[in-house]
Amino acid sequence: MAQLTSLTEAVAALVGDGDTVALEGFTHLIPVAAGHEIIRQGRRDLTLVRMTPDIVYDQLIGAGCARRLVFSWAGNPGVGSLHRFRDAAQRGWPVPLELEEHSHAGMANRYAAGAAGLPFAVLRGYAGTDLARHTATIRSITCPFTGEVLAAVPALNPDVGIVHAQRADRAGNVQLWGITGVQKEVVLASRRSLVTVEEVVAELDPRPGAVVLPGWAVTYVAEVPGGAHPSYAAGYSERDNDFYRAWDAISRDRDAFTSWLAAHVLSPAGAR
Amino acid sequence: MSAAGGSFTADEMMTVAAARALRDGARCFVGIGRPSTAANLARRTSAPNLVLIYESGTIGAKPDRLPLSIGDGMLAETADAVVSVPEMFNYWLQPGRIDVGFLGAAQLDRYGNINTTVIGDDYARPKVRLPGAGGAPEIAASCREVIVVVRHDRRAFVERVDFVTSVGFGAGPGDRERLGLTGRGPVLVVTDLGLLEPDPDSRELTLTAVHPGASVDRVREATGWPLAVAADLRVTEPPTPAELTALRALEGALGMTERSERTERTEGREGHEGMRKEGSA
Repeated sequence: MAQLTSLTEAVAALVGDGDTVALEGFTHLIPVAAGHEIIRQGRRDLTLVRMTPDIVYDQLIGAGCARRLVFSWAGNPGVGSLHRFRDAAQRGWPVPLELEEHSHAGMANRYAAGAAGLPFAVLRGYAGTDLARHTATIRSITCPFTGEVLAAVPALNPDVGIVHAQRADRAGNVQLWGITGVQKEVVLASRRSLVTVEEVVAELDPRPGAVVLPGWAVTYVAEVPGGAHPSYAAGYSERDNDFYRAWDAISRDRDAFTSWLAAHVLSPAGAR
Repeated sequence: MSAAGGSFTADEMMTVAAARALRDGARCFVGIGRPSTAANLARRTSAPNLVLIYESGTIGAKPDRLPLSIGDGMLAETADAVVSVPEMFNYWLQPGRIDVGFLGAAQLDRYGNINTTVIGDDYARPKVRLPGAGGAPEIAASCREVIVVVRHDRRAFVERVDFVTSVGFGAGPGDRERLGLTGRGPVLVVTDLGLLEPDPDSRELTLTAVHPGASVDRVREATGWPLAVAADLRVTEPPTPAELTALRALEGALGMTERSERTERTEGREGHEGMRKEGSA
């Protein structure tokens, strides 16, 4: 049964140096507060996994938490590039960052295979691209029934999977809705998991189209209202597009970034 | 430039030309940035029944203003269906259920291959690290056809892309079939100077139309390979007043005018900076 605890305790219990950690959220329900807690706890040498690394991954990378990034699209959607990510990838600041890159279809299938307990996934993808030449985790396989040559990618099974969701009940059952991305897959694929939620309620009333994760499939639940900001939680908040735009200037410069991090994440006021 | 609809910019001409290319009722996989602007413009003008599909899992989104990201809340709120990301790629894209893939590019070559990964010869030490593939490789492979929208200059239009992120026609005729790519590949490239279409035999991108005010010489100057020009070269109809009004209402709601001006400046200074907005996210 999922244990209800504080964000600080959950991250301390789950995330260790050198772990493979996936904080997922496809624009929606991104566990940003949990990422900030990982930065505050000073974790190092993480392998960070995410389909769409955006601002919180830029912050984790700029804070020196990551050694390696497994991803499919690293950018600030609709705004531009991730400057901390680029600085690490091009110039090794503050530490060098190894890249393992895929397409969205490949990453989604890697999570699905991980959730299904299979060693790899099959898809029609990557054919003719240079991704297959540079990424060792893209291979091909011949269909035993038709002879078609398809792409094979290994399952992703992170040590820790972290997502944000709208609600949980006191037994740790989690409910999320709207754009559900790969939230279910990453929790089920990961060895340990944390779901931060907008609120803990006495009872989860049914919602059309909602994904429910039974409490026994989740390790920790922490109540963190607004924990997705500047991402959002449908029904609770809206995406803070102004912050995504503002991040471009904050992150462009190492000193501006470092000051922002000190003021908004590392200072006691930033902690929850 | 000016026309019946009043003066317009080359970027506006590009977006309008891209919107016109979308058939009413088509199911369109939309990348963020200019493809999204054009697709939303088409829904307000020539293609009211266009089905907008964003890779966040929103199928049949009907946003009342331009989303900044592919996952803004209104896309889900107005969609016919919201599906998970694995379902989007496996059940909807892969089997060929989507008519048009609408993509941007940082680099594009004469066979319509797209690079959104790195600029420079050395993948491990890139001159510019771009965001990467996103959904584009499989969109380019599996949509029935692909339309690319990209500003026309020599940085973008190169003889060979530094990295093949998404395949157009590979090295020429027969490559898509050899690779098992199920869609037809790029059928149209829309730029701020004109339209390019693949030659039916050689598959090489060929200039088939110039926009008002752009000359063949200027397009050739902005293209990094000896550009073929169609015998029956057309001149694009300028934007109508209705198209311009609809486009400006869309971009105004997002504060886009200011942003796209800023992007132009940034592109000039930092190379491929502005490209990051394009393509799938």
